[in-house]
Amino acid sequence: MIRTEEILLNVGPQHPSTHGVFRLVLTLDGEVITDAKPVIGYLHRGTEKIAENLQYTQIIPYTDRMDYVSAMTNNYVLVHAVETMMNIEIPERAEYLRILAMELNRVASHLLWWGTYILDFGATSPLLYAFREREMILNLLNELSGARLTFNYMRVGGVKWDAPEGWIEKVRDFVPYMRKMLVGYNELVSGNEIFLNRTKNIGTYTKEDALNYSLSGVNLRSTGVKWDLRKDEPYSIYDRFDFNVVTRDAGDAFARYECRLEEIEESLKIIEQAVEQFPQDGPFMAKVPKIIKAPKGEAFVRIEGSRGEIGCYIASDGKKEPYRMKFRRPSFYNLQILPKLLIGENISNLISILGAIDIVLGEVDG
Amino acid sequence: MVQDLLHSSPSLLNFGIFFAMALAFLFVILGFVTYAILAERKVLGFMQGRIGPNHLGGRWGLLQTVADVLKLLVKEDLIPKASDRPMFIIAPVIAFAPAFVVVATIPFTENLQFADLNVGLLYYIAISGITIIGTLMAAWASNNKYSLLGGMRATAQMVSYEIPLVMAGLGIVLLTGSMNLNDIVLAQQESGWFILWQPVAFVVFFIAAMAELYRVPFDLAEAENELVAGFHTEYSGFRWAMFMLAEYVYMFAMSALIIVLFFGGWLPPFEFLSFIPGAVWFGLKFAVVTYVLYWFRATFPRMRPDQLMEFAWKILLPVALANIFLTALLKELLNIF
Repeated sequence: MIRTEEILLNVGPQHPSTHGVFRLVLTLDGEVITDAKPVIGYLHRGTEKIAENLQYTQIIPYTDRMDYVSAMTNNYVLVHAVETMMNIEIPERAEYLRILAMELNRVASHLLWWGTYILDFGATSPLLYAFREREMILNLLNELSGARLTFNYMRVGGVKWDAPEGWIEKVRDFVPYMRKMLVGYNELVSGNEIFLNRTKNIGTYTKEDALNYSLSGVNLRSTGVKWDLRKDEPYSIYDRFDFNVVTRDAGDAFARYECRLEEIEESLKIIEQAVEQFPQDGPFMAKVPKIIKAPKGEAFVRIEGSRGEIGCYIASDGKKEPYRMKFRRPSFYNLQILPKLLIGENISNLISILGAIDIVLGEVDG
Repeated sequence: MVQDLLHSSPSLLNFGIFFAMALAFLFVILGFVTYAILAERKVLGFMQGRIGPNHLGGRWGLLQTVADVLKLLVKEDLIPKASDRPMFIIAPVIAFAPAFVVVATIPFTENLQFADLNVGLLYYIAISGITIIGTLMAAWASNNKYSLLGGMRATAQMVSYEIPLVMAGLGIVLLTGSMNLNDIVLAQQESGWFILWQPVAFVVFFIAAMAELYRVPFDLAEAENELVAGFHTEYSGFRWAMFMLAEYVYMFAMSALIIVLFFGGWLPPFEFLSFIPGAVWFGLKFAVVTYVLYWFRATFPRMRPDQLMEFAWKILLPVALANIFLTALLKELLNIF
């Protein structure tokens, strides 16, 4: 007699397509997933607790290591929160440098996602193309901050270093180059029948689901919700730039793919305008006290990171260190919808669904 | 010479000669595999904007694969405790042996062929089917869930794509009235290459062949992003090397078979070029076909298993059947062959 049983499959923590130390306990009926339990925490370092014993400037490197693919936005959310509490006026030049750094980083982050997402489907070349372009961005950011991944670039009141000689010109030259490459990306992958078959109508959720699960960033915009903090709650100097908020209505993996590719273009628009408006001279650091003490009280700020809304909450009792600190880490929230999407799917859709959410484990685990 | 030997009375000397020839040929194929892997890495490197192996053996990395193989050979021989030991050990051999055996019938030039069988094509397809048993054994014996999933996929894929492969080949058998690969090549001398007469069969055959070879976009059995390494997840060292070797020897055999069936084997494209020896033509065509295989690998993502099955049964098979019907019809009406 034939006996069938469900098998329990442990995906991760070391598995090539979980993009980090993420574990999924799947129950499989043949190749169909009947249950999925995500297990997280393998990369938990207790950033928020550590921060309680650090001065504000000392916390900045820790934020680098949360979303290590897009560290500039993390840098920014922290300094932005402290600046909001202290009411510091930021010099123009610093604002532009921050915008350039953040948008370049967003492009780099989306490129990394693009390459690895296609790599999950077994195509190796796009990854290398994406890395070729990402490398140029990392070099630019390296010139700016002295690091390639964990930049530690922003400071309360401005940025640590001014742009080196000729840097702005390099950024200006990069924009048309990247646009040209994007055309190639679309030609190589976006119309590929196999790729379309693997992403269209896969991992679909509705607008209501997205809102109920508190998704943000592309995961939200791919369902048709036009919500981008750079537009809706402009921070820094984002209100000076002309760019579109990219949305799609389908809500499937392909919609998220399209959104991210188009967001690269929108980011390039912002970079282009920022380069044009870039002030010739001026300070890149505001006058701030030597020892930064946030006044007694609390503040919550949120910005649009590469993966969604990054929030930073600081409660201060007027000391050098925060009393309590909390980061809203978008990957963590976006990941919540995963089990719902996986149940009933074929196991080979797992990578398509998980990849489209775009998580960074450093951010999920905090 | 081989024919004479085959028809001579069996003796220890004849057996010795055969054994020596087979051994020499094994090394020729292993040499090919060594450089096919290097070529693949170089071509992929070229397409992906990088250099590829360039340290070992001069700037072309000529000894890279040799070093890789040596490293695999001296690796610790790991057999999982919970595995089915005898099956685990014998599976790579079963997967590898047929890969080598099928090469015997391929006519590389007019004179260089090991066995001139009347059922050459059938022999190739029948023997290559044995490999799947090795794959399935490996998957089962490993006692690993990823292996099992990979083995299941591999089996389903092989069984499904064997059918369009045979059906596409049948068109050519209809035209030539023979399954002898020599006859098939010689028939193309008068009529022109069969790719001109059987373009549909060629497309079906090529796609099915790629599926048989587990090449991208059909490499589901070892989809590293989903199944870690598919059926050979638990294999390492020289046992793993045997699976890889089998795969590349099959690539060698399949490319050769495609050339024999569709590109006129060792024949030159035009009569006036026949002063160039057949071996050179075969080598050239061979390089082109394998290059296309590498090219595909650099370009395509992987298909999904269910879509893969649908593709075999709903598209390839009907097309191949229609091709047989059309071929038979044309043969009867036009009366060329």
